[in-house]
Amino acid sequence: MKRDRPALSLAFWVFSSLITLFPIYWMFVVSAKSRVELFGAPSFIIKSFFAENYWATITNTTYQGFMFNSIVIATSNALLVTTLALFATYALSRYPLVGKENVFFWTITNRMAPPAAFLLPLFLLYTQVFVVGDWKMFDTRIGLILLYCVFNLPFAIWTMRGVIDAIPHELDEAAYVDGAKTWQVLFHVITPLARPGLAVTAILTWVFAWNEYLFAATLTSVHARTITTGLAEFVTVTGTNWGQMAATAMLTLIPAVLFLALVQKHIVAGLTFGAVKG
Amino acid sequence: MRPQSVGWLFLAPTLFILFVFGVLPFIYVLVVGFFDWNSFAADPTPRFSGVNNYRELVFDSGYLMSLWNTLRFGVFAVVSEIILGYALAQLFMRNFPLKGFFRTIHTLPLMIAPVAVGATWRLMTVPGLGPIPYYLDKWFGIDFLISRYPQQAFFTTVVMDVWHWTPLVTLTLLAALSSMPKEPFEQAQIDGANRFQTFWYVTLPMLKPAILSAVFIRLMDAMRTVDEVWMLTGGGPGAATRYVGLYIWRVVFPKTDYGYGSAMSLITLYLTIVLCWLLYAGLVARRDLRRTE
Repeated sequence: MKRDRPALSLAFWVFSSLITLFPIYWMFVVSAKSRVELFGAPSFIIKSFFAENYWATITNTTYQGFMFNSIVIATSNALLVTTLALFATYALSRYPLVGKENVFFWTITNRMAPPAAFLLPLFLLYTQVFVVGDWKMFDTRIGLILLYCVFNLPFAIWTMRGVIDAIPHELDEAAYVDGAKTWQVLFHVITPLARPGLAVTAILTWVFAWNEYLFAATLTSVHARTITTGLAEFVTVTGTNWGQMAATAMLTLIPAVLFLALVQKHIVAGLTFGAVKG
Repeated sequence: MRPQSVGWLFLAPTLFILFVFGVLPFIYVLVVGFFDWNSFAADPTPRFSGVNNYRELVFDSGYLMSLWNTLRFGVFAVVSEIILGYALAQLFMRNFPLKGFFRTIHTLPLMIAPVAVGATWRLMTVPGLGPIPYYLDKWFGIDFLISRYPQQAFFTTVVMDVWHWTPLVTLTLLAALSSMPKEPFEQAQIDGANRFQTFWYVTLPMLKPAILSAVFIRLMDAMRTVDEVWMLTGGGPGAATRYVGLYIWRVVFPKTDYGYGSAMSLITLYLTIVLCWLLYAGLVARRDLRRTE
């Protein structure tokens, strides 16, 4: 492809990046200042890094617990969702199932529901119905891991559908002719070819699970609370501790940013989101 | 085993989880929607009330207003995101230095938790702290106060949504653009098509499925936005940014009006599905029609 006016395009991308980064930079500025420094005219320069905002969150054992829960929940959810979505899309793509297009569309309707409405039934299910002896699903990590499947599975299926559909059927058929079993075809033919798509799906579902707030806030109380609920508490409880709120928000973006740096090359190839069919 | 059964076996865990955590609560909402049930009322036990909740809903100006605002919010945000996202995707198709680096930066907002996005924009707009009100006042003399002016609050939520979600559209369209075959473009060039004609007759039809799915997922998510707007404006001023998700949340939680909240969510869900289905059917059908011509 032609390379036109590199200086101009560089200028554009720098400008556009500044706009994109500005809100995050501002949050960083606020997180690095003490309460007193924040008053008056906004200043974009950090004269001395006020680390107390960060230490207050990092050394707080409650917030350490929130972080740990978020990591466990997001990772388990991403692995579970990616595996199940691989199975589901393989079935939808390769088997002559009756009404499979309706099933495909139905999965996405699970993502459309206004979450606020489902908080109450889920709350009641988690506290009254999903109970075994002394154990309740309320305030457990597994409760959130399974629940997050409701919005992550449809996303994963719709993303993976295009990826799996694009793998030529001849490859499976050749493997079957050679006497391969179904699981062998799935793991040795499909999975290696779908790897970029699988990676992107896993990462994005991880990020969605990490970022979720409303369900986590309602369906947990002490043991399974996540970092986003901790962040929201700054607005509802302490109100004006902007510095520590910004610091905590900065902490919640670190893993997401690291992941992004890792997969940014594959992210485009993976994100066809069901668009191959048309 | 018959291929049919193997296929369903692969789908079974997905369907099971979606059933238990998606359909069961849905059925519950469906049933509760027919009851009069408010745990703060004089009589906190659920009483069957038929379609009474739905009848009330039609005349509930607060709900209709929030639905209208949500739709307005969705349309403004999604249209801006598609235009901006398409422009950025097209620019990313070119070669320029540090491409990967810039692409990472332009993907960044997507990865941030909605709660954190709301927090960020609150820090940007809070009076006495944020740079936006400060410089708008200093340079243009604009009194920017989203806790007072409904229009400003509305457009701030739109801008926040565009900032947060344009990357998703960019990536989706970029994926589609990079997987497009080269031949139609070469053919168009040979046939002497100008830039606009190439865009209208070659790029757009091939890009339509990708645009459609981007509109789809964004519209759906815009219709159910809660966290970001809650952190930014809390739904105010007044009810200006109390989008339908927030409105339902208020009815179900602080007001504990479970029956009415359930009916409301069902109608909202139904409207979202109808909207998406119309888009889907309309655009897909039109395309098939053109193909047969």
